[in-house]
Amino acid sequence: MKFTWFNLMPWPYLADDFREKNRSIWVDIPNTLFDPEKGHFLYNRYMDQLEYAETLGYDGIGVNEHHQNGYGLMPSPNLIAAGLARRTSKAAICVMGNSIALYNPPIRVAEEFAMLDVISGGRLIAGFPVGTPMDTNFCYGQIPALTRDKYAEAHELIMRAWKESEIFSFDGKYNQLRYVNCWPKPVQKPHPPIYIPGGGSIETWDFCIDNDYNYSYLSFTGYKRGKQLMDGYWEQVAKRGKDESPYRGAFAQTICVADTDAEAETLYAEHLHYFYNRCLHVYPGFADPPGYRTIKTLKYGALTALTEDALAKFPTLTWKDLLEDRYVIAGSPETVRQQMEELIKGLHVGHVFCLLHIGNMPDEKTRYSTRLFAERVMPKLRDVWPEWKDDQRWWIKPMPNRLQLERSLPPGDRPSERGPKGRARGGGSPAEGKDEVER
Amino acid sequence: MKSQFLTTKRGCRVRVLEAGSGTPVVFLHGAGGLFPDNPFLDALAKNYHVFAPELPGYGDSTGEDLLEDMLDFTLHAADVVAELGIDKPHLVGHSMGGMIAAEMAATSPNDLRKLVLVGAAGLWIPEQPIPDLFAMLPHEYPKYLFHDPAAGLALLTGGLDFSNLEVLAEFYIANSRRMAMAGKILFPIPNRRLSKRLYRVKAETLIVWGASDALIPPVYAERWNQSIAGSRLVQIREAGHMVPYEQPEVFVSAVSGFLG
Repeated sequence: MKFTWFNLMPWPYLADDFREKNRSIWVDIPNTLFDPEKGHFLYNRYMDQLEYAETLGYDGIGVNEHHQNGYGLMPSPNLIAAGLARRTSKAAICVMGNSIALYNPPIRVAEEFAMLDVISGGRLIAGFPVGTPMDTNFCYGQIPALTRDKYAEAHELIMRAWKESEIFSFDGKYNQLRYVNCWPKPVQKPHPPIYIPGGGSIETWDFCIDNDYNYSYLSFTGYKRGKQLMDGYWEQVAKRGKDESPYRGAFAQTICVADTDAEAETLYAEHLHYFYNRCLHVYPGFADPPGYRTIKTLKYGALTALTEDALAKFPTLTWKDLLEDRYVIAGSPETVRQQMEELIKGLHVGHVFCLLHIGNMPDEKTRYSTRLFAERVMPKLRDVWPEWKDDQRWWIKPMPNRLQLERSLPPGDRPSERGPKGRARGGGSPAEGKDEVER
Repeated sequence: MKSQFLTTKRGCRVRVLEAGSGTPVVFLHGAGGLFPDNPFLDALAKNYHVFAPELPGYGDSTGEDLLEDMLDFTLHAADVVAELGIDKPHLVGHSMGGMIAAEMAATSPNDLRKLVLVGAAGLWIPEQPIPDLFAMLPHEYPKYLFHDPAAGLALLTGGLDFSNLEVLAEFYIANSRRMAMAGKILFPIPNRRLSKRLYRVKAETLIVWGASDALIPPVYAERWNQSIAGSRLVQIREAGHMVPYEQPEVFVSAVSGFLG
């Protein structure tokens, strides 16, 4: 099993009446709510947490791309990944990913991802999402009905740029380039592992299967709801005659770990409430512009509640709802282990994106939950798939002789030489009640 | 009206409603497509030979993947006219159809008789942005489209009940298909630089606008009127963006009076 520590980087300062006063956290969120000075502390704290995850033995650290979004502060995940590449040396840098239809020309993605792969010594996992409609269509103005076509062209261009050693010309519908010449090239040959974050478009399955890319279902609604979709994916994998390696699939899961189930509720309930009831407040008109989903997918999926009545209500999910419906896996290490095993086996996935920072969770609690998961849950889940333990097809292949973090820093400034409360360490019980630096 | 199918040389299969006799009038529908009943077309057919093609992606017309940008849409409409075998029709375009008709009149100014633009899309005034049709939910349409939203809702849904999820789902899927197509020339801003080409329009032009159009407000009617040499403007009271459906009699009388 592989575990990636993932941070969405939410803005944690949304008011209690945010959703009553604003129609959406995404696209048209008032930008006056962003405070750059608070943002300074926040970005650095979130990056510290990602670096901390590596020291605890997480296989990967993950970032993603969102625009004009109150629960995502990374319009450019590559900037964050560049910082992480310099301050880590073992973990996969999972950029999930770059919305390739948005880059003009998309050769930019081939170049930046290659830079990240080179700086990190071959530790990049390259995610190529189609992009959400909020990001792609409403924030970045792409025509919904042409988004997938543009995505397909961008994908072709990037893959050719990485693979081909001859300069070539590219006469695309959306990109015309006389001299395609990717410089630099990635360390990993022929290219870094490719992950395709999917949100439910069934066309994406065949695309992943045809190219042997990992299909990552990144939802916030947990494994019970994810099952139907992942079952559909695995059926399609079987139908197309591919092997059923669990590493073809990944899933994102919100997780909270404490000493006991009761402590988990005490520590984390308020932050789950913040995320699920405030951060996911997206105006439905932004979620599904005509043409973004194909008619085939529209007919396959149930319609979200679009009636006027349904929209007038703001459903409030309680701790109990979130746990019972398995939106969230929370509790003692043993509770979490059991449910994680159910998730992994039920969805047949070899890689979990662990969402351990949630909403407005303060640093101490985040590190506490992160450490407990790493020390008391992860080791017991490592060997769920013994028959596939040597399957490295969807994993990074770093340079064996790459720079190590400790050697690249001057003496006296190495993480191992800092005190236990240094930036790269920490993770004591939040029960000590430490306040955050910027508050 | 009788319904027929034709296939353009490009390969689109197009359903065309047809009625009446006399001078040909081609009506190009808006982003929402034709309704099941189009009384203003029936009324026009009393004096003209009316043709109303449905754009691919609308109703039973197919081949939408063959049309991707403004030039494709414009040439497609000309291809349909050619396939119908009619010479120099009057062009009447509503909303998105007005945008296409104006492009046709600008690119091929000798291929039409007169031009009628009804609540036409295609211009953009930064100080008067048009509401985002693509971020609207079905229940929000009526207040933007009609002077009388309650009566408009009944027209829009054919009397169906939007609080019934099955009905809503059916409407939603068909509407997604239509609007996906419309988005190719209207998203994210319905401006494909038509204003640069309007100097080429030679046809006598009538601009028709609903006085209470809340989607493309009447300030756009003024802008059209200023942009096309010698054009005339008629505003129709108690009508919103869907003026041909809301005030069919006044609309037909204005159009017939102009076409002669």
